[in-house]
Amino acid sequence: MSEIFTMGIDVGSTSSKCIILKNGKEIVSKSMIPVGAGTSGPRRVVEAVLRESKLSIEDLSYILATGYGRHMMDWVHSEMSELSCHAKAAYFLYPNVRTVIDIGGQDAKVLRISPQGMLTNFAMNDKCAAGTGRFLDVMARVIEVEVDDLGVLSAQSTNVINISSTCTVFAESEVISQLAQNTHINDIVRGIHRSVAGRVAGLAKRVGVEDDVVMTGGVAKNNGVVVALEEELYKKIHVSPLAQYAGALGAALYAFDKRES
Amino acid sequence: MSEKIPAKIRLRSIVDKVYQNAWDAKERGEPVGWSSSKFPAEIAEALGLAVCYPENQAAAISAKHGGQRMCEHAEALGYDNDICGYARISMAYAAGFEAEEKAMPQPDFLLCCNNICNCMTKWYENIARMHDIPLVMIDVPYNNTVEVGDDYVQYIRGQFDDAIKQLEEISGRKMNEKKFEEVCANSNRTAKAWLKVCSYLQYKPSPFAGFDLFNHMAVVVTARCKLESALAFEALAEELQENVKNNHSTWKYEEKHRIMFEGIPCWPQLQPLFKPLKENGMNTTAVVYAPAFGFAYSNLDELMKAYCKAPNSVCLETGVDWREGICRENKVDGILVHYNRSCKPWSGYMPEMERRFRKDLGVPVVSFDGDQADPRNFSEAQYNTRVEGLYEVMEEYKAKKEAK
Repeated sequence: MSEIFTMGIDVGSTSSKCIILKNGKEIVSKSMIPVGAGTSGPRRVVEAVLRESKLSIEDLSYILATGYGRHMMDWVHSEMSELSCHAKAAYFLYPNVRTVIDIGGQDAKVLRISPQGMLTNFAMNDKCAAGTGRFLDVMARVIEVEVDDLGVLSAQSTNVINISSTCTVFAESEVISQLAQNTHINDIVRGIHRSVAGRVAGLAKRVGVEDDVVMTGGVAKNNGVVVALEEELYKKIHVSPLAQYAGALGAALYAFDKRES
Repeated sequence: MSEKIPAKIRLRSIVDKVYQNAWDAKERGEPVGWSSSKFPAEIAEALGLAVCYPENQAAAISAKHGGQRMCEHAEALGYDNDICGYARISMAYAAGFEAEEKAMPQPDFLLCCNNICNCMTKWYENIARMHDIPLVMIDVPYNNTVEVGDDYVQYIRGQFDDAIKQLEEISGRKMNEKKFEEVCANSNRTAKAWLKVCSYLQYKPSPFAGFDLFNHMAVVVTARCKLESALAFEALAEELQENVKNNHSTWKYEEKHRIMFEGIPCWPQLQPLFKPLKENGMNTTAVVYAPAFGFAYSNLDELMKAYCKAPNSVCLETGVDWREGICRENKVDGILVHYNRSCKPWSGYMPEMERRFRKDLGVPVVSFDGDQADPRNFSEAQYNTRVEGLYEVMEEYKAKKEAK
């Protein structure tokens, strides 16, 4: 069988991800650039995967774009929403998945998946940034830590404190007030994670939560949020090392299906 | 031979005439009223009083992109931006801020019925104080049961009779029973014709774009007691019958999917709202306005009961029943729910309704955030993602169904 290469590009609000897949099964190369829609990110991420795989655009049978900036990718074969792509990737990685929680840069979504891997329903956050990656970025800046360190810090927390889950701006004021009261940073970070988890769990309960639960999207890298969500939902949450690439992976998988059809 | 005027032109001219009548009345020195959309219009109509409709005016101003300006005027007057956008626009207009998008004469009396929502009461009280004018109020309590009880009928009847007295004083005319009966007959005829028009959405493909109903709604709100409204809707029904016969439709795209659009549309963003729907071949074949405004009655008690039935005054069971009924009749594949920042009562019960739609109808339900009048509460990119997501899920359902 000749080798078939397909590409999935996920142009998010805060990062660009790209994956090249061989025969709809094997990841040949992947890359992530931490800038998204409207930046050089999409171009650079495509160049990076082609370089790594030693392939050229002509070697690719089908290219599919997803994510917030998908409509700007006028050179690809087709586009799909990130909802379908995350569902596809989650089912590929965990065939028993029934619920996907995807927290990205500026939205949070919960997807219901059928036993056959079909996306049957979904719910998304409202206009507010609370419960999204942006919320965590804002909070990390306020407490002067790197967003990647949030998970480790919250694991060391010894006290539970509450941060409002109503509004990013109000939550920021609350965090500043906690800092002024000398509350330990670790406890504040845990409070922030509980705040995100509370918001997303409410969304999840609207569509119903069924095992297996899989988390995708950039925020899945933050174990503090994963743990807080597990506590909130009383469910084990599976996180793949490819969680952040789920959109791009799903797009590459759809690209393979579409090429075949 | 004179050319037949298309029904949609006739419908539009009816609304224009309602406002022109009000301007003419004002010029003659006659009192002009402002009325909530589901105040029993039969009384003022039978007494020959000119009436304008602030909800309709606010929707028109919003659709012509004046909503934000008027909302900001209201906010500067001290009205919080959490208050309904229609109310803010209307109070700004009442306070003297002009709106060329849809001008109407200032009021001499007010007709308020809170069956549409309770914000209405404070909204109209504020305008009554601003202008120092009489407020005729009909209080319709929220209905906790599917049936409207006799106690409700008596309570509303008492207020109805009192409203007649107040309006007799305002108009300087006595109620003529024969005229009142004639007006009621017109109202029933309009409702019947309106329901007939809506019923054509059950055809597959539909002979018209369901979004058209949002425009035609204006006539049901502002002129349901006029014979010409009934005649125009009857003419529209005939046109739709012709469309069915000739396989024509005002929906100019492929009808890949049929959806219910739940809630008031985002008037300032009608184009962005419609764009992904047409691009993905999703026709709106169900809107709750069909059952909500298609009420018929054969006596005064039934009239009282009819005015108890508005989207925000009926219990959850009735609300679900209305919607699931039209979803089944009009064969929808999915539901798009507008969480309207301007309308808390309507949006507040949607999570439970969504749960029931999924369970009872087995169709995907997707929601988005927006506003009926204030453009600041809508994000086009977020809306597009949700609509595309709904489309993709409906495609999956379709593929699964076809594979069986």
